Amino acid sequence: MDYTILIGGEAGQGLQTIGGALSKLLSRAGYHVFSHQDYMSRVRGGHNLYQIRFADREITSPRSKADILVALDLKTIELHKGELTESGIIVYDADFIKKTFDSPEYLHVPFDKIAVESGGSKIMSNTAAVGAVLGMIGMELTVFEDIVRKAFRKKGQEVIDKNLATARAGHDFATRECRRCSFVVPKTANSGYMLINGADAIGLGALMSGCKFYCGYPMTPSTGILNYMGSKAIEYGVMVEQTEDEICAINMALGASFAGVRAMTGSAGGGFALMVEGLSLAGMVELPIVIAVMQRPGPATGLPTRTEQGDLLFTLYAGHGEFPRAVFAPGTPEQAFYLTNKAFDIAEKYQIPSFIIADQYLVDTEWTFVGFDTKKLLYNDYRLSGDALGKTGEYKRYAYSENGVSPLAVPGLSKHLVVVDSDEHDEEGHMIEDGETRNRMVEKRLFQKFPLIRNEISPPEYVGPPNPEIVVAGWGSTYGVIKEAVGILKDKYKIGMLHFSELYPFPGTEKFDFMSLLFEAKLTICVENNATGQFETLVKASTGYGFGVSIRKYDGRQFILDELIGELDGYANRL
Amino acid sequence: MATLTDYKGQVPAWCPGCGDFGILNALKATLVEMNIEPHEVVLVSGIGQAAKLPHYAKGNTFNGLHGRALPPATGIKLVNHNLHVIVTTGDGDCYGEGGNHLMHAIRRNVNIKVFVHDNQIYGLTKGQASPTTLEGTLSKTQPFGVHANPFNPIAVAIALDCSFVARAYTAEPELLKSVMKEAINHKGFALVDILQPCVTFNKVNTYKWYQERCYHIDKAYNPYDRVEAFKLSLEPFTEKIALGVIYKHDKPAFEDYISIIKDTPLVKQPFQLEKMEKELLNFY
Repeated sequence: MDYTILIGGEAGQGLQTIGGALSKLLSRAGYHVFSHQDYMSRVRGGHNLYQIRFADREITSPRSKADILVALDLKTIELHKGELTESGIIVYDADFIKKTFDSPEYLHVPFDKIAVESGGSKIMSNTAAVGAVLGMIGMELTVFEDIVRKAFRKKGQEVIDKNLATARAGHDFATRECRRCSFVVPKTANSGYMLINGADAIGLGALMSGCKFYCGYPMTPSTGILNYMGSKAIEYGVMVEQTEDEICAINMALGASFAGVRAMTGSAGGGFALMVEGLSLAGMVELPIVIAVMQRPGPATGLPTRTEQGDLLFTLYAGHGEFPRAVFAPGTPEQAFYLTNKAFDIAEKYQIPSFIIADQYLVDTEWTFVGFDTKKLLYNDYRLSGDALGKTGEYKRYAYSENGVSPLAVPGLSKHLVVVDSDEHDEEGHMIEDGETRNRMVEKRLFQKFPLIRNEISPPEYVGPPNPEIVVAGWGSTYGVIKEAVGILKDKYKIGMLHFSELYPFPGTEKFDFMSLLFEAKLTICVENNATGQFETLVKASTGYGFGVSIRKYDGRQFILDELIGELDGYANRL
Repeated sequence: MATLTDYKGQVPAWCPGCGDFGILNALKATLVEMNIEPHEVVLVSGIGQAAKLPHYAKGNTFNGLHGRALPPATGIKLVNHNLHVIVTTGDGDCYGEGGNHLMHAIRRNVNIKVFVHDNQIYGLTKGQASPTTLEGTLSKTQPFGVHANPFNPIAVAIALDCSFVARAYTAEPELLKSVMKEAINHKGFALVDILQPCVTFNKVNTYKWYQERCYHIDKAYNPYDRVEAFKLSLEPFTEKIALGVIYKHDKPAFEDYISIIKDTPLVKQPFQLEKMEKELLNFY
């Protein structure tokens, strides 16, 4: 069982409500869900999509075909009727879109009429739509009813009852009228999965890593993290501030970090461009900070609501001067959760900026997981505070040390003074000009720390047979689609996936000799959601290795499973 | 008891006669007179001659980027509001490069003190016009002369309803100290524009020039009257310059609205993962 529901309509019509409810109830009912959204940069109108794929086995990518197309407007039918599977059904409200289709694949469900008759208002037409879809796939309403009761708890019993009646009426109508519906959704024994998208996973990861200060300026696709942190600010004591611009955001976060709490900021590539000067400041003053770079297609404003992996080299090289950093690129919301935690730990341990780089696709896609394990989270307080600070005889913010890491004292908690300076400075933090001190400081903050940071980096994940003939490599958000494509092609070829989620410092081969896999394979393919192969450039610069084949996509859309399988198959066939 | 010795920093690299010395001395004396100890203070600065002040005094110090003193100062205060956060900045740093931050810092009204060393010129980069340079001034980088209206920090601050606006002059230490003291005691954002001659690059706005124009605001003046304050701020700068507290508006500081730091500064609050476990349930 592996079905895809595609909901299309204008912004403001309730795609989020319908799609969100369906995703949640399907995952709660114990199915694996993978949902993604495709929307235009506008509040009203336009053409938007919410795609939900669900199955009784692990799924990690979107498909090109839809089994059920929920058309909230005529445009959805015109644009997407060709994507219907052979047994697929288009469900629509002929009264609303003022057009009737007679072909057997069309199912007219009067969403508005049902809503008015059962609920007393058109407002509930989305509830009717969800009910209808459940009727079409032969699922009971029980789980949805629970969700409705919870969602409208504050609005009172009357609203709940009306929605329940509307859902029931939609369900009954579709069950009765859709004679062609042949979907088989077997009951599962699973107790239900966790459903989470990339933005929430990063926010949750930050919260559970002890982040106490998050500031930023709204910019798609990073706004979800700011929203999440804002929603938890009061309950968990997190200072969340919307700044006047991204320049302020990074500088304010650095002030917070200086004052002694874990701080984070985030933006898209364009906003991060404004933060670059502040990033360099973090490098010089050696303050921990976590920066989320959520990519979208550039240059400039680009395609604001779409996806690309186009800011990898920018993130790696941003900032004037030379200083260490760590860059993490999660491939799934689960990885985003744990890597955000690792980013916080590494940032404070080595007093450096560390990055979470993802993209619109990962930010907005929802995946199902068994659950996150908070016992796996790291929390070490590396600050010098409390008794230890009081007992310190002499304190120098940039004291030379064996590993280049100087004690990170919290200002104001003792008589010791904490002095940081964007100028080159001495051990106390006061500005200097002499070459000798300069050399020692570069050695301290860069050469001494860098190998230690590199040691913390985990090697890439390999999934496949021991001696693959074909290796498909990727980084970040392409994890799911590569994994699933390779999983399907493994019956035909000796093929494996090599996925990098910890990019910089580029992992060494001490823990896992992934370079041998590449050298010994007959065909190596690098898959990237950008035009120039930025990860290939990083691999080449770090190892000298060049991939045999590049598959790149830069139309602002993510890879689709069927398309990637086709492309990989094409290259593999020629072996 | 804090003493002047406690505040002794590095030897300043300013030119002899620089107006910055008067501000440095007044600040140190003010902190001593208020019995504030160096570890209770964070001196925040950007870049410029004024921004070097923290190194020439003593205190916790965040000497950041050009124009960017206000954002870290805000971050520091929100994390530990027990600290006295004092920004030492210049007319280029605060009114030029950092103009946008000034506007929004005033709007936020965080309880930080901003002492602007205003010499109407760029000193560190050797003599270019600053936002407060008088119209018609010629410089190497303004070959046609300065024809942008001089920035009026006092009028702008009052227009933004800044909760404390004052002007002082480096060569009048008693007034400068009293204004600094009042600013530090004030709850909310305080902007003090401090006139200080640049003896090397500004040959127009000299000690003599300021002396001839500066006057003390009348004791009967009511700084809570916004319209009167605005009138005062519009007096022709090239003719007369009012010194003293020009505008005050007592209102809650930004921190007063942040419920989470009402009892304990953020920096002293423990991280309790176990209380967050239930967040995971929201995703089922």
